[in-house]
Amino acid sequence: MLSLTNVVSAQTPTPRSVTDDEVNVVARDLYCPVCENIPLDVCGTKACAQWRELIREKLALGWDEKAIQDYFALNYGDRVLSEPPREGLNWLVYILPPVIILAGAALVWKVLRGGRKTASANPGPSPAVQQDQYTEQIEAELRRRQKQG
Amino acid sequence: MEPMNSPEKTNHYSLPLWKNILAFWVLIGFLVLLAWALNRTQEPSIQVGDQVPLFTLYSYDGQPLVNTGDLEGKVIVVNFWASWCTPCADEAEDLEQAWQNYEPGGQVVFLGVNWADTEKEARAYLDQYEISYLNGPDLRTAISQMFRTTGVPETYIIDQNGRLAYVEKGPFQSLTEIQVVIDGILTQ
Repeated sequence: MLSLTNVVSAQTPTPRSVTDDEVNVVARDLYCPVCENIPLDVCGTKACAQWRELIREKLALGWDEKAIQDYFALNYGDRVLSEPPREGLNWLVYILPPVIILAGAALVWKVLRGGRKTASANPGPSPAVQQDQYTEQIEAELRRRQKQG
Repeated sequence: MEPMNSPEKTNHYSLPLWKNILAFWVLIGFLVLLAWALNRTQEPSIQVGDQVPLFTLYSYDGQPLVNTGDLEGKVIVVNFWASWCTPCADEAEDLEQAWQNYEPGGQVVFLGVNWADTEKEARAYLDQYEISYLNGPDLRTAISQMFRTTGVPETYIIDQNGRLAYVEKGPFQSLTEIQVVIDGILTQ
């Protein structure tokens, strides 16, 4: 009987004590469906307290953060995770925004560069010069009319 | 007077045609994807009278307990609950009593779907209220998402033809209330 106990204790890891901080490190990246958008580490409901206790139990058994997240996703769905898992269509969430931003930035850069080239190739008169030409024409017209009148 | 000499020039810049076509299709693809995702989230919940899709209830060990396809011709009472939910406890004894009343007739099946709960507390709850009908966790919240539940307790009763016959959001107030609803469906 004693030897059997020894065998069992050798196979089963002895639960260690887990601090609240250790629990919260895992809990802050999990969300319970009951209180949406509130991380588990700061959620005050009884459901969240139970979930935090579950995290404590798993940590005491030697589970790491990834294993606990996988367990929660398997049991409660991917929406309990702070980040969607990188698989299937979820990849779009990670890939599309940077691709769109980069493509937009590249487009803006090309347009600006193209515009600058065109502008430097055909330098038009500055607004001040335009204004002067206009004023000169008005004054010339006034002088002409004065002479006539 | 002659019009002034306009020095304005339009700096016209255009992308090659193939880039325009590519950008157009990327945009269309993105919009289609967006519409699909929106449509998926906006899908209406199962309404009374709608056919309820088949689903499987699993045990806490992950073993399939029952598939609703195997319960054809029976009235199925699907109750969503959680151990942390006080109103669930209020109706627990009435549901169990109702199950015991209907079980001998074999026409009604009760299924408890444990939503967003922890196994240890859920098992303690089942022991405390001596619940004997089939119960299991809502794995990946698949069943609650199918019914689009808004919380617990909620009870969905499916008639003999597999159509949703009744929805109770919140707890039943009494055993009589439960039996009146089920009897009404049985006599339809």
